[in-house]
Amino acid sequence: MIEIKSLIKIFEDGDNAGVKAVNDISFNVEEGRFYTLLGPSGCGKTTTLRCIAGLEKANGGEILVAGQKVFSAVDGTFVPAYRRPIGMVFQSYAIWPHLTVFENVAFPLRVGKQKVSSADVTKKVTTALEQVELGGYEERMATQLSGGQQQRLALARALVREPKVLLLDEPLSNLDAKLRERMRFELRELQRRLRITTLYVTHDQIEALSMSNIIAVMNSGVIVQEGAPREIYLQPKSKFVANFIGSTNQLSGEIQKLESDETALVRTDDGEIRCHALEGLKAGSKVVVVVRPESVNLHLKKPSEDANLLEGKIGAAMFLGEYLDCTVELGKNILQTHQRYTLQVRRGDPVWIELPAGECMALPADQ
Amino acid sequence: MATAAIPRTGKVSMALDPALLIPVFGAGLLVYLAVLPLLMLFVGSFQAEVAPREFVYTLKNYHAAYASEYTYSTFLNSLIFGSGSAALGFILGTMLAWLTERTNTPLRGIFVPIAVVPLILPGVLESIAWIFLLSPKFGYLNVWLMYLFGLQSPPFNVFSLPGMIWVHSVGQVPLAFLLMVAAFKSMDPSLEESAMMSGANTWQTFRRVTLRLLMPTAGSVLLILFVRTLESFETPALIGIPARIYVYTSEIYLAFNEYPPDYGRGGALAVGLLLLSAVGVWLYTRATKEGKKFQTVTGKAFRPRQFDLGPWRWAGFGFLTAYFLFVVLLPFLVLFWASFLPFFAAPSWDAVSKLSLDNYRYLSGFRPFWDAMQNSIILATLTATVAMALTSLVAWIVYKSRLPGSWILDFLAFVPITIPGIVMGMSLILLYVAFPIPIYGTIWVLLIAYVTRFIPYGMRAASGSILQIHSELEEAASASGASWWETFKRVTLPLLRPGLAAGWIYICIVSFREFSTSVLLATGESRVLSILLFTMFEQGQVTVVAAIGVLMIATLLSIVAVFYKLTGKIGLQT
Repeated sequence: MIEIKSLIKIFEDGDNAGVKAVNDISFNVEEGRFYTLLGPSGCGKTTTLRCIAGLEKANGGEILVAGQKVFSAVDGTFVPAYRRPIGMVFQSYAIWPHLTVFENVAFPLRVGKQKVSSADVTKKVTTALEQVELGGYEERMATQLSGGQQQRLALARALVREPKVLLLDEPLSNLDAKLRERMRFELRELQRRLRITTLYVTHDQIEALSMSNIIAVMNSGVIVQEGAPREIYLQPKSKFVANFIGSTNQLSGEIQKLESDETALVRTDDGEIRCHALEGLKAGSKVVVVVRPESVNLHLKKPSEDANLLEGKIGAAMFLGEYLDCTVELGKNILQTHQRYTLQVRRGDPVWIELPAGECMALPADQ
Repeated sequence: MATAAIPRTGKVSMALDPALLIPVFGAGLLVYLAVLPLLMLFVGSFQAEVAPREFVYTLKNYHAAYASEYTYSTFLNSLIFGSGSAALGFILGTMLAWLTERTNTPLRGIFVPIAVVPLILPGVLESIAWIFLLSPKFGYLNVWLMYLFGLQSPPFNVFSLPGMIWVHSVGQVPLAFLLMVAAFKSMDPSLEESAMMSGANTWQTFRRVTLRLLMPTAGSVLLILFVRTLESFETPALIGIPARIYVYTSEIYLAFNEYPPDYGRGGALAVGLLLLSAVGVWLYTRATKEGKKFQTVTGKAFRPRQFDLGPWRWAGFGFLTAYFLFVVLLPFLVLFWASFLPFFAAPSWDAVSKLSLDNYRYLSGFRPFWDAMQNSIILATLTATVAMALTSLVAWIVYKSRLPGSWILDFLAFVPITIPGIVMGMSLILLYVAFPIPIYGTIWVLLIAYVTRFIPYGMRAASGSILQIHSELEEAASASGASWWETFKRVTLPLLRPGLAAGWIYICIVSFREFSTSVLLATGESRVLSILLFTMFEQGQVTVVAAIGVLMIATLLSIVAVFYKLTGKIGLQT
């Protein structure tokens, strides 16, 4: 439904050569999918979105929306924003303060190319408002709505024209934590019900993991990894992805031998670890082993099995409500682990750490 | 703990005692400066004669002011002058603001500072420069155009209502420009982008969203331009009076200038102008408060969206260049040129051979010029110092002390914004003619007038910087063991300094170029530069006047330069 081919966007920077905000990226979003661009601020995700919307003109590449070529640097195609079959929700919602709730939603129908009869306008606006549970608010001034309501109003306005594609630019970032959690759920439900192809931009990993079919992690204008949320979380292909999403422990070491295509034995300062290895690594490669704090199993007595077992002692234990944040001092490294809050430990207690081989990843160290 | 606390409380109560006296003193001073003259004006306008032994009530002043054969034409002239100048100034200012802020017009960046340069040109000089250019007899533009196109009669006549409107509105453009730039800047570009994403094309977006969102601001900008035009006296004096086109301010001046002066009629006219201005200010404050509901708070820094004008951007560039050459540069050039001429003459090779420094040589030995220069400089620096000292005190009481009734001080300090310059002059005449304080005719009455008029500007600068200082910054100082005085000296004052300096310099500039109050109050020895310009121009010494103008601009520029050097930025305020 959305096809991006070798997209390049350069921002002129006075006398310099310009900043490559988007540096040759390509991806496809299939029909009905929820696709997320995730990355830190300045990584080019919003710029990519704005190029698709037609609010920025890219410098290279091609963009197809619903099979129609809307931008091509080769033949100079540039369909203006208002002619693209796209609905968009802005970070600031961009609710027009001079119009009522009804008129805000009716706007796309009134300015469109084909005329919509006023009976149809009323019908469509009412449906759109009911979809986002704003029925009955029609005559309010838009600015009288709360933040969450304005956000839903922006969504209704984006959907009323029945666009082929919905673009969402950090729509939840201005809401408070509780509301954000609920809207995350509601937004995803609405998208499923309408089966509308959605491109979502966020810097919030939880939003990305919980809502998306596919996530593309971006950094410095390029996509560094694309995949399903589980894959992105459990099998990061680079240190950047591992660090950006969730918290991770990193143990540097060297591959001793490859045991199969996917597993390797890594020697670290604190012992040998059997783990997943990224393709292309060889015996002798310098690597870092990344492991999530919640993957680490902690034993107070030495278990009988000694696979992937490291010895250490408790550093600090912090009670965080949902879990116990417990650091373990190995010989050289300090591991962060999440344990059940029922665990009773003191600083200095000797413990044994078990790292499940399937949840450790060896990544090239020089990235 | 308890013993340690005792000396502390002792200190606090000692600091509080004068703090209670200060607000009362401040309120008294403000009443004396802002309210008393208006009261005198009001009483005077119902009085049968000036400074009588007893008060005799009469309505004859109002009859003379508002029911004479000239009433209708004065009203009509004022209305046309006010609305014409407001509209033209608004259109030009908005065009400049839009082209420089929101389009891809080439080189638009360099036009932003250029657009505010005319602020440095005093209104009197603005009028004189345009008379040099557009006078039907000798105006350069007329002479050139007649020569170029072989015209029989001059195409422009500055001595007409359209001429007055043109001259006054180009002086208003920087204000309109600054206000509209602020409006364009504060507009969230995603409001327009979301219209485009809703299928609206560029024109629909502009008409249905941009224009509608700007409407409240545009209304209040037009209103403020209208009121300021009615209050102004520069153009009505230099162009209107010779052309026999009278507006309210010139009627007041003429009432004062006839023999014997008709203070009663002048007072009655001044009361009308004051009411008009007060209504305008009231509407303006109401409109800007209303406008708040049009704001959507996002807390995000906006990257303004630029309209791609396509080939039209060269038309925009042409407009900006033409504006710069003809409206900004030409008045300065013509003054500069004329200041080297022995008498005013059309530019020719013959005239070039006559260029000399004679005017400047003449001025160097011309006593009245040096007296006026001295008066202007003393008044500008004193006014700025007194006004900033007074307003920072008042602003501190209003925003920090939280004393009950401190809003009265805030209100009193706002009152002078409604007083047109010439009304201020009229009121002070009535006040000091009636009261036996011998300051009338000295520069001290001018000081009082200037300080009073510019208190609102000082208040804005002072309250702006005081509000920026979070009270926790001061509390952190006391928590670190600093006494009240040390806190003030080491924390509060350094933080206030940039804002206060900006206010000081602004008041210094507006005092230096002040005309409409001074024209009634500055006589003989208390003459200031703007008044000297006016009288010498009336006497026909136009090229000497041009030389004075050049020196005046140079002085203003050096004030700005010193300030720029001291603070690193120009604190342009509107």
